[in-house]
This record gives sequence, structure tokens and C-alpha cells, in this order.
Amino acid sequence: MSHTLMDRRTLIATGTAAVLATASTLASPLRAKSLAPTTSMRGGSNNYLPGAPVVDRIGGGGFLMFGAVRRAGDGVPLEGIRIQIWAHTTEGHERDPWSHGATLTNADGIFQLEMPQIVPAFGQPHGHLAYDSSEFETVFLRPVMASSRDRSLSAHFVLQPA
Amino acid sequence: MAAFRAILIWAALAVVTAGPVVVAANSELLQYRSAIYITAGCAGVIALALLLLQPLLAAGLLPGLPMPVGRRIHRWTGATLLFAVAVHVAGLWITSPPDMIDALTFTAPTAFSAFGVIAMWALVAAALLAGFRKSLRLRPQVWRLAHTMAAMVVVVGTVAHALMIEGTMGTGSKIMMCVVLGALLVLAVRRLRPWAGVSRARETQAQE
Repeated sequence: MSHTLMDRRTLIATGTAAVLATASTLASPLRAKSLAPTTSMRGGSNNYLPGAPVVDRIGGGGFLMFGAVRRAGDGVPLEGIRIQIWAHTTEGHERDPWSHGATLTNADGIFQLEMPQIVPAFGQPHGHLAYDSSEFETVFLRPVMASSRDRSLSAHFVLQPA
Repeated sequence: MAAFRAILIWAALAVVTAGPVVVAANSELLQYRSAIYITAGCAGVIALALLLLQPLLAAGLLPGLPMPVGRRIHRWTGATLLFAVAVHVAGLWITSPPDMIDALTFTAPTAFSAFGVIAMWALVAAALLAGFRKSLRLRPQVWRLAHTMAAMVVVVGTVAHALMIEGTMGTGSKIMMCVVLGALLVLAVRRLRPWAGVSRARETQAQE
């Protein structure tokens, strides 16, 4: 590979242009208005236990649940949002209190919580997530894993101010 | 030669019905489940195995079991099937009430739940037709067609339900069981021709 497809100057110029284009699109009020709030999924609230404690990880960990939380409308990342998580794992049923835990989003609106490996229950390997605090409308999610051997699962929230 | 063929058929039946049950009983998922959940899942697998026997018994396709004997066993197998489905539903309800309520009210996020519930009600319909055969006083041809149609809904619903689920059953053995079940249903219906005589019965009824 002695020849490069693009010299450094072109790369920087193109890259900057691309970033600016993307950023201006995101900042455009016309575009921002289209960011609709996430609606709850069917069965999302099943076996929900309100008030799960904020924990460093659920049980022994080994599996990662993660996602982003943004505000509906302008899409601003939301910090300090409490997301509750539960699932049927190698360590317990959905209804077991020790299968439940909560975490807070960071400054970029990202949350992540380690938990035991999710295993198929009621026919599908799936997790449950809830936003259920007073500031925004309540949302319950029920993402399904593409494969039960996956070691992580993601779900994203766009919250509507209450 | 006939004896050899009979042994072959019974052996094949034993493999097709018992094989998937053994595979399910050794599933690694069982270690993460409570006794009630395991029982409920197991009842579903056994129900699938019992369902596979029904077309064979109804159409007298099993060697050594003449039609009248087969029909009598068919009734008992049907009653056991109903019981297995009851255990399946009750056990899953205890394990996770909201999931079972969603399934029964057709509001579950999973399509297999709806197929399972449709199959369950069709099974109840087939059983009611059988249980109240005398008091219903339907013409035999009409009764046969109704019972067969209910049975067909049971099989189609059950196969869809089973194939879409990721559970304790092994994928290979489950697909094999469902293919055999579908084939046996077609075989039995073609043999019994439940549509035969229905239109004639209706004409006679209209003339009366």
C-alpha cells in the first residue's frame, strides 16, 4: 500500500465538511422538531417492580445493557436520567427482586449497566427497561436480542417532558 | 414382512415423539428456571408429542390398532392433551402472570403467543364437539367436518407456536416433529375425507 486513495489535506477537508454538514443538519430546527418521543413497547412493563435501586451492576454481571437518552424535539442528551432494567437471566426470573437494578445516564446521555447473561424466557431472549420518574413521560421498553448468545443489548429513549 | 413394517412404524413413532422430549429435558435453559416454569414448558412439549398421535389414531394408521381401538385411544389422548395444555397455561401464568394475560388477551408482543392461544381454543372446540357429540345431535358428516377443521386449526396454530419459540426444545428435533405432524395431518385428512357426504347431508336436511 504505497499509494493512498486520498492525501491528508483532502481527508481533513472532506472530513471537516462532512462533520459540519451533519452538525448543521442536526442543529436545524426543521430537523430537530421531527425527533419524536419513544413510545412504550407491548409487554414492556411486564414484571416491573417500581423503585429498583441504583446499583454498580446487577448480580455477577457479564452482560451489558446500554443505550442513549435524549429529549424529544431538540434531541439534547439528558444527563442523570434514572433507567431501570430487569430481565430473566442466568441468576433469576424477571419477578425476582435481585434481577432488577437501575443506573443513571452520564453527561452524554449514555447509560450502561452490567447484569447477568440474559437467557430466553417466554420464548424470546429479551430485556426490560423503564424510565419512570416524574420529569418526563413514562416509557417501558422490551428489546429482543438478535441471538441468545449475544453478550449485550441496547435500547434508546427519546423522552417527552411531562 | 408386515410384522417388520409394523415394528419400523412403531420405532419411528417412538423416536419422533420421545426424541424431542428427551432433548428438551436436557436443555441448558432448565438450570435457570423454577420447577413450575420447567413443568409448564415440559407440558407444552408433551402436548406437541400427544398431538402427533391424534391423526394416526383417528385414521387407524398405526399397525395393530384397528380403527375402533384407535378411536377409543384417540379420545383418551385428546383428554390428556387438554390436560397438558391446561398445565402449560397455568404453569406459565404462575411463572409470569402479565405475560400470560397478554397472551390470552392477544396483546402480547410475540406472534407465537397468539398462535398458541388460537390453537388452545381450537383444541377446546374440538374437545367440546367430542364431549357433547350425542347431545349436539349434528349429522355425522357435519360433526366429522367440524371436528377435523378444529383439529386442523390446532395443528397449524401449534406448529407456528412451537417453531417461533426459542425454548427448551432442540431446533432440529422440533422442526422434525412439526414436519411429521403436518404430514400426518394431511395423510389422515386425505384418508378420512371428512368433506365427503357433507353437501349430501345438507341437501337431505333442506328437503325435510
